[in-house]
Amino acid sequence: MNLAALLSYTGFWAATAMIAAVVLSSTAGEVLTAAAMKSIGDLDNIRAHSGIKGAIWAVLSCPLFFAGVFFMAVAFFALLFTLNHLNLGLAGPATASLTVFTNALAAKLFLKENVDRRRWTAAVLICVGVYFLAH
Amino acid sequence: MAHQKLSLYQTMILILVAVCAPLGNTCLAKGMTSLPELTLAHPLALFAAAFTPWVALGIALLIGFFASYLTALSWADLSYVMLATAWGNMLVELLAHFCLHETVSYQRWLGVVLITLGVALVAPGPSHTVQPASLNSGAPR
Repeated sequence: MNLAALLSYTGFWAATAMIAAVVLSSTAGEVLTAAAMKSIGDLDNIRAHSGIKGAIWAVLSCPLFFAGVFFMAVAFFALLFTLNHLNLGLAGPATASLTVFTNALAAKLFLKENVDRRRWTAAVLICVGVYFLAH
Repeated sequence: MAHQKLSLYQTMILILVAVCAPLGNTCLAKGMTSLPELTLAHPLALFAAAFTPWVALGIALLIGFFASYLTALSWADLSYVMLATAWGNMLVELLAHFCLHETVSYQRWLGVVLITLGVALVAPGPSHTVQPASLNSGAPR
C-alpha cells in the first residue's frame, strides 16, 4: 500500500497509531522482561545451586516477568490487528525496524544500560537492514 | 562499561536466540499454510494444528528461543542481546537462497549486508553494563 492509498483508506494518523501501539507494547514487554531477568540474576548460577526447578521458580515468582509477558501478548495481538488493517509490506518493516531503535532507547533510559556510540551505530545499521529485509 | 568476554556456553545461548526464533516462525508459517483454512467456527481444528509436524517443530523452536532469550537477558544487556542476535533475521534469507535456490532481491541483499555490519560492530563489544553500585561492591558482574 503506497502513501496515497494509505491516506485514503485508513488515514495517516490511524496507521501511525497502530504501528506505534505495536512498537510501544513490544518495547514495554522486552524492557520489563529484561528488568525481571536482571532482578533475578544469572540464571546459570541459580540453576547450578537450585537446579532447573529452582531456576524456573525464580522466573515464575517474579511479578515483572508476568508484566513483560503481558505486554508481549498485547504486542502480538496489536500486530494481528494492524496486519488486519494495513498491508504487510508497510506494517512488517515499520514495526520490525522501529522496535530495534526503541528497544535501544528504552534500555538506555529505563535499564540504565550503557548504549554507547558503537551500539547506536549498530542499532541504526540493523534498523535499516531489517527494514530492507522485511520489505 | 566493563569489557567481559563471553564464554563458549554464553555464545551458544546467543546463537540459539538468533537461530530458534526465525526458524520457529518459518516452521509455523510452513505448517499453517499447508493446512486447510481455519475458522473460529471450528476452534478444535486450531488445537489439532498444533500437533502437525511443522507446527509442533515451530512451537518447540519458539519455546527454545524464549528459554535461551531469558537466560541471555540474565547476564547480558537487552541492547546487546537484541543487536548481537539480529543476524537471525537474515538466516532465513540465506537459507532461502542457498538451500531452496529462491531469488533474493538486491534490496534484501542490502539488508543482509547492513545487518552483518551492525552485528559485527556490536558483537565483539562488552555484553553487560556494570552499574556503579556493583563496581563499588566488587560484585563479579
